[in-house]
Amino acid sequence: MKKVLTIILLTIVMLNGQTPSAETILKKIDENMISKNQIMTSSMIIHGRRVSRTIRAKSWSIGDTKNFTEYLSPAREKGTKMLKLDDKLWIYTPSTDRIIKISGHMLRQSVMGSDLSYEDMMESSDLTNSYDAKVIGSEEIDGKQCWIINLVGKTDDLAYHQRKIWVDMKLYVPLREELFAKSGKLLKRMELKNIINIDGRWYPTKMIFKDVLKNGEGTEFVIDEIKFDQNIPKYKFSKAGLRR
Amino acid sequence: MIKFLLKGLIRDRHRSLFPILSISIGVTLTVLLQSWITGYLGDIIDYNARFSTGHVKVITKAKYDNSQQMANDLAIVGTNKLTENLDEEFPEITWIKRIRFAGLLDIPDENGETKTQGPVIGWGVNMLSKKNSDIERMNIRKSLQDGKLPTKRGEILISDELAGKLKVGVGDNATFLGSTMYGSMAMQNFVISGTVHFGSMALDKGAIIVDFNDAQTALNMENATSEILGYLPSGDYDNEIAHNYADKFNKKYSNSEDEFSPIMITLSEQNGLDAMLEYVSSFIGIIIFVFVLAMSIVLWNMGLIGGLRRYGEVGLRLAIGENKGTVYRRMIYESVLIGIFGSLLGTMIGLGFAYLLQTKGIDLSSMMQNSSMMMPTVVKAKITSTTFFIGFIPGLFSTIVGTMLAGIGIYKRETAQLFRELDV
Repeated sequence: MKKVLTIILLTIVMLNGQTPSAETILKKIDENMISKNQIMTSSMIIHGRRVSRTIRAKSWSIGDTKNFTEYLSPAREKGTKMLKLDDKLWIYTPSTDRIIKISGHMLRQSVMGSDLSYEDMMESSDLTNSYDAKVIGSEEIDGKQCWIINLVGKTDDLAYHQRKIWVDMKLYVPLREELFAKSGKLLKRMELKNIINIDGRWYPTKMIFKDVLKNGEGTEFVIDEIKFDQNIPKYKFSKAGLRR
Repeated sequence: MIKFLLKGLIRDRHRSLFPILSISIGVTLTVLLQSWITGYLGDIIDYNARFSTGHVKVITKAKYDNSQQMANDLAIVGTNKLTENLDEEFPEITWIKRIRFAGLLDIPDENGETKTQGPVIGWGVNMLSKKNSDIERMNIRKSLQDGKLPTKRGEILISDELAGKLKVGVGDNATFLGSTMYGSMAMQNFVISGTVHFGSMALDKGAIIVDFNDAQTALNMENATSEILGYLPSGDYDNEIAHNYADKFNKKYSNSEDEFSPIMITLSEQNGLDAMLEYVSSFIGIIIFVFVLAMSIVLWNMGLIGGLRRYGEVGLRLAIGENKGTVYRRMIYESVLIGIFGSLLGTMIGLGFAYLLQTKGIDLSSMMQNSSMMMPTVVKAKITSTTFFIGFIPGLFSTIVGTMLAGIGIYKRETAQLFRELDV
């Protein structure tokens, strides 16, 4: 009996020893997901209540502080540009030739009718500084073993007070994420798929977003092309760049 | 007999003056309250009908299930054909297409960048076409504070309060930012042609009014609309008639399996107005009941006091052989005359106050700063045919009931006792 107990205790200790800390996992995720800069061409397939629409866009970004997006299609959206600089967001449409700042309650509105809000776009991906993280268990998703990390916001001004992330134990890439309000109500769900290796990084090229408070079948975000650590001209991240 | 009773009442002021005064005060209050409630609640219903609900409204079933949502993703499509059908099948009703939307109004600086912006609630209404224009129905012309009505596409009216908040005026440019029917971004430039003040906080806080075709273009709603409003030929809402139309339409067009099939709803089924309609009819009844009850108690007491004062007189009349029933009936006849005079006087005074309230109104805007309900800020009474006779119901009823209660004592007095009293 003593032997059995000793084996069980040793197994628990060993297993605990194998589980890295939540901070270590988040750091490894950042190594995969965050680059100095990136240029990406993507398609956003929005499955609405009435119709499904595909919106193509090209975006340039530096870390998670600067982002410039230009919509390529359909015709109604073509030429629409968005600029994010730190916590500010501007939008430009050629039909109005206006640069409009998105602020206040507009930030909570959906981006192009998708399941993503402007606020989602504004959020910092630096989870370590914004949330207290803890590994709360493990689960298998599509045959891949994942750690489940629970993140609780350190401050009240976050769009989502709590997050739950399922992280691939092998590749250190999130496979699923659930976003909660302070009340504990589930607001959004995200599935990350088609993970491929690009320049030594493991990166999901398909993401499915679902705003659970919204009707519809969710939004697919497919990365058609992504390049890391490129030379991006400075003017891209200026308001003047919106009119170019 | 009436002449005889009248002489008695005029000569003995204790029997007439105070009862008439108290009745006329109560009747004045009843008349005033009836006209005020009819006017105010009627205005709320009328406001809602003109701006929001119509007498009947056609929307999609999905929109009906999510009536609080302003987004147009649940709008009706194929409206040109549907409106044609409505015109054919219900020609007596005036059908109006409207688009309601929400978003931001952004004012540019000299570089075309955001100077100021604010949330708005918009109406896409027919202003440029002469057929079925909403200008009169929504009282837009009279609400104009500055500038002029839009005369061409691309012109917009904004509420006076919003103009002040955004520091813009007539001739300035403004960009609307919102969502199209399919959820994409909607951005459209407009020129402010005028400012309006509707006298309703819900509208004046942040309303913009654009032409229906401009709204269709901006929100990508070709051959689509948020709602089709129907107005009954009489111009006044009739719940039964409206329900008949709705039943007929829904039997033919509504499909419970298809969330985007059209459904016709009545005014009473929107914005909690069913409760309000119920309230209007029941409240007047409650006022009359309370008044009758309170006044009956007052008049009963006055009757008792009068009875005591006329104790000797009534006793003598009974002693010399007048029938108890006759004395009792004559007291009631007297009370009918008092009731008529009191009600007449009260109605005239009440009508005078009601007329003042109908023409001038009371401005309650300072108390409605945060009101989101569609209601006028100036409370006005409305004199209807009911106002002329409503006061007579409590006026007469309470006097008669009061006298009947007070007069019961007559039947309790024994003849033998009366003679003993008279001896004294």
